[in-house]
Amino acid sequence: MNEQAPFTIEQFYKYINLGKLMGGKCKKCGVIHLPPRPLCNKCLSKEFEWVEISQKGKLLTYTIIHVAPPQFEQMAPYAVGIIQLEKGLRIPGMIRDIEHEEIEIGMELTVNFDTSAVPSQWPQWPRYYFKPTHPQ
Amino acid sequence: MLKGKPLVSIVSAGLSKFGKLEGLYAREIFAQAAKEAFDRCPNLDPKKEIQALFVGHMGESYEHQGHTGSTVADWAGLLHIPAIRTEAACASSAAALRAGIFAVLSGLFDVVMVGGVEKMTHRTTSEVTEFLAMASDFPFEQWHGITFPGLFALMATAHMHKYGTTEEQLAMVAVKNHHNGSLNPKAHMQKEVTLEKALSSRFIAWPLKLYDCSLITDGASCLIITKPEIAKKYTDLPIHIIGSGQASDSIGMYERESLTSLTAAKISAKQAYEMAGVKPEGIDVAEVHDCFTIAEIIAYEDLGFCKPGEGGQLIERGETKLDGRLPVNTSGGLKSKGHPVGATGTAQAYEIYLQLTEQADRRQVKDAKIGLAHNVGGSGATAAVHIFRRE
Ligand SMILES: CC(C)(COP(=O)(O)OP(=O)(O)OC[C@H]1O[C@@H](n2cnc3c(N)ncnc32)[C@H](O)[C@@H]1OP(=O)(O)O)[C@@H](O)C(=O)NCCC(=O)NCCS
Ligand SMILES: [Zn+2]
Repeated sequence: MNEQAPFTIEQFYKYINLGKLMGGKCKKCGVIHLPPRPLCNKCLSKEFEWVEISQKGKLLTYTIIHVAPPQFEQMAPYAVGIIQLEKGLRIPGMIRDIEHEEIEIGMELTVNFDTSAVPSQWPQWPRYYFKPTHPQ
Repeated sequence: MLKGKPLVSIVSAGLSKFGKLEGLYAREIFAQAAKEAFDRCPNLDPKKEIQALFVGHMGESYEHQGHTGSTVADWAGLLHIPAIRTEAACASSAAALRAGIFAVLSGLFDVVMVGGVEKMTHRTTSEVTEFLAMASDFPFEQWHGITFPGLFALMATAHMHKYGTTEEQLAMVAVKNHHNGSLNPKAHMQKEVTLEKALSSRFIAWPLKLYDCSLITDGASCLIITKPEIAKKYTDLPIHIIGSGQASDSIGMYERESLTSLTAAKISAKQAYEMAGVKPEGIDVAEVHDCFTIAEIIAYEDLGFCKPGEGGQLIERGETKLDGRLPVNTSGGLKSKGHPVGATGTAQAYEIYLQLTEQADRRQVKDAKIGLAHNVGGSGATAAVHIFRRE
């Protein structure tokens, strides 16, 4: 992978487009930032390396959104949650491919990638989402 | 070091009607609040004596109008004084109050107006949902469809899972605050709600239902604060601010230490209590940020009114009711009085001012001497706590 790529949110989503969940590891104190940051919030270093994060996670908490902003109105109700990944990392995202009644805290979810609807104007970001690791 | 020494004194306060104020824009609503504050304080000549204005206002999207400081200063009849807007999402006017405190403490000003305003109800709920979400993390929360009710629902689910907090306990917060709001002629929704009705209302962001959510409201609030030494010139009963704390946290909820507590609120509370030399047990009346019912339960815990995880039991025991040990949200709170986001922080201070000066009428808490206001910005990336004392 490209060591020179900047440690930015823009670059994080470029990796998502390639089907990779990438974080920035601080070369000084070892902390991993997901999303990456240009300045370590622990030790203020700006030396990082990219590390690939496992797509396996566990659901920490979730909700079913019924009242949505305009661009999501057609999808409602939809589920979103925060998942726990390796090394204490967490990210929020939509939970798809599961009946809402079957969602439970602690269940194993896998990060998947949806690059089908990248906008033509800013922000040209794809979306990742979570789906059950062991479908029923 | 300060330990209860007044930082500034409130000599007057004003609040517009809260609600759906059809045809009125933010500057016009702010003028209502300012006028009440002027009228309440006949010994003060606003045009000659108010030297600066700080106004909390969250969003220019609602009215396509930014640059709120100058706009509302002019409409309040205070043309030419320095005026700026403070923005910290739903804590914008607690931030304005702090800016005012700093301004007075600096020695540069003796008399300052602080306040807040928001005009929301002319927009559709979907638009408001989008504008409010702007106070959360864009690339990871908004981008994935997470709304404000959604963020607090994530905390509610986590709190229920960790501590066994129930939907009934959440609904009890709504029942209590609607009762208080029914006694407040300025509240947006002055009606009682039953537990059954709250529990059977439709989902907004599961497990949060309609009656777990604060209202989309128009409104404005303000305070006139002075150097403590000169407060008596303006009123016989000044209310002193003796503690002020504020802290921030990661914008994204997923990066925070806890999903069941707001670290920024705990830090601000500690600062304010220490400055005031007051303990949680010493508080007689509190206004807390009940943007969602779960937020009030978490506030009890973060403010030390009960132990972590016991907020649900505190409401269930009725201790925070109007006639309880520690009445919370006597105004009706954001739930029933309404939540014009930028106006909320100083509207909480307004209610505490009424309580401590015994002007709260049918919702007066007897012998209230020390009050607290807890204002949260966004899902907890900002929090501010103030402690107030009567002479
Ligand atoms: C909950 C919410 C989505 C409801 O909006 P809505 O679905 O558009 O509801 P409407 O405005 O169409 O109102 C429908 C009815 O419900 C009532 N209502 C609206 N919001 C209500 C609330 N929060 N609690 C109780 N009743 C409410 C209305 O008065 C109306 O009653 P009526 O039919 O008797 O006139 C909206 O109030 C909301 O988004 N609240 C949260 C605001 C927020 O997030 N603030 C920032 C917090 S940090
Ligand atoms: Zn580091």
